[in-house]
Amino acid sequence: MRDGAPVLETVDLTKTFGMVTAASGVSVRLREGELVGIVGANGSGKTTFLNLVTGYLKPDRGRVLFAGRECTGLPPRDITRLGIARSFQVPQLYTHLTALENLLLALAARADRGVEFWRPLYRAEWVEPALATLERFGLGAYARRPVSDLPEGGRKLLDVALSVALQPRLLLMDEPTSGVSIEEKFPVMDTLMAVVAERGLTTIFVEHDMDVVQRYARRVLAFDTGRVVADGPPDVVLADPEVRRAVLGRA
Amino acid sequence: MGGRRFAPAVGAALLVAAPLVIPDWMRFILALALAKFPAVLGVALFLRGGMVSFGHAMFYAVGAYAVGFSARWLGLRDVAALLPLGVVLGAAAAALVGLVMARYREVFFAMLNLAFSMMLYGALLKLYWVTGGTDGLAAGVPTFFGWAPPREFLRLVLYYATLATTGLAVWVVYRFLASPLGYFLRARGDNEIRIEYSGESVQRVIYVTYVLSGALGGAAGVLAAFVVGHIVPEYAFWVQSGEFVFIALLGGFESVPGPLVGAIAFEFIRAYASKYFPNEWQMVLGVIMLAIILFRPGGLWAIWEALRGRLGPRAGEVQHA
Repeated sequence: MRDGAPVLETVDLTKTFGMVTAASGVSVRLREGELVGIVGANGSGKTTFLNLVTGYLKPDRGRVLFAGRECTGLPPRDITRLGIARSFQVPQLYTHLTALENLLLALAARADRGVEFWRPLYRAEWVEPALATLERFGLGAYARRPVSDLPEGGRKLLDVALSVALQPRLLLMDEPTSGVSIEEKFPVMDTLMAVVAERGLTTIFVEHDMDVVQRYARRVLAFDTGRVVADGPPDVVLADPEVRRAVLGRA
Repeated sequence: MGGRRFAPAVGAALLVAAPLVIPDWMRFILALALAKFPAVLGVALFLRGGMVSFGHAMFYAVGAYAVGFSARWLGLRDVAALLPLGVVLGAAAAALVGLVMARYREVFFAMLNLAFSMMLYGALLKLYWVTGGTDGLAAGVPTFFGWAPPREFLRLVLYYATLATTGLAVWVVYRFLASPLGYFLRARGDNEIRIEYSGESVQRVIYVTYVLSGALGGAAGVLAAFVVGHIVPEYAFWVQSGEFVFIALLGGFESVPGPLVGAIAFEFIRAYASKYFPNEWQMVLGVIMLAIILFRPGGLWAIWEALRGRLGPRAGEVQHA
């Protein structure tokens, strides 16, 4: 990393799908250790932003720099290997494998490919940290059970656990509490945020629920029609009438 | 669970003892089933990963023709030399074809494999001054590490060489399935996005599997060429590829012994069906396949597991899939 370079910097990111502008001149800078919440109505470009940063979509215009390094247009695999990991609104898991095996595969992917590929997946140096990570996310009891047995909240947690296991420098979470019951919402967020704090992870999370953003984010970006319309501390941004109108449809 | 070690040992013991007690014609069928088994294992790998190939007979043919060409031009007919050669050539062919194949999934993967195998079939048919065309090539009488067994023991020695190779193939496939790549292959059927977002390449996983399946196909081709004694373009024909898929489904592709049970069952069913229903034997196979898919999609192996009353969770899932 170059001295003083932001962890993530996007410059004028723009993406259109036919008539729809999903991202329009999005320029964002993120410093080490920041904890950013992204709010916005459906279709405001929140997920598109994550997809552009992680290479799932290629921008029509603009650049993505990670730790000062140009990574515009790289595929998700390469961007992940550089140190950006993400979770998904709909958890992306290997449903026929156990929770432990899901995590072991994250560790296997992270490890250097090479001479030891022939050794079994279940190797002590991976199984121990994998079990510890599952335990940390409160999923210890599910370690040896197929992912299809997990409740929705557990799947969301596992989805994030797979990203955290990659030991990224930047963690992106897409609606970590969507589909989670109201009672589970804050416990899930508490767990996630505790892990983020422990590891000092620079984190962006996309979230619909204003209460969640208010409570956990240190900085908030508000998106509307593909543009960043507000950027600042939660108290300021979430009180902004224009943001409230754009996000909630009321002032 | 003592049975976990006990059952395979009994199975292996049966396969070792069988040729000493069964009649010659049965020994031939059993040897042919064992010879094809590695190729079926290769196809079953892809079935585990949620992919199907209708062209894997091309690697089977590569192995078989390696035997034919060696006998014809090099005078080489030693199993110990030709098996590694078949494996290397099968893997090399797969390494080449795989460059294209690893980019495709679903029906495109299935049909592109078919297309490649049919191009090979066409070439084997047309280049008759090299391949002998429809007349094919003779395999020659095999030697083993330079040793030519007495005529009356030749079949028996070949059977054990086949069995040993099969055992090696089983070991390699078990190792592969236990490795990260083997797990990634299974995970692919669930979720390619997560694999890519972990920093692993799905294409690489498919490519490595493809090369392994090519090596297995090459080994099977060498063995089958010696067991049958004659090599014809039909080794590469799409019906042969379909047969591998059929056997994998019949035996059950979710386990390693499944395809072995499938291969043995298939050869015997075909032998008996064509004896008692000479004109309708394909129909017999069709009915059996229909029954398997409708009632036991886990294949014969799942039936065996159910009979033992220890239906594992994996086999259970297959039933509901």
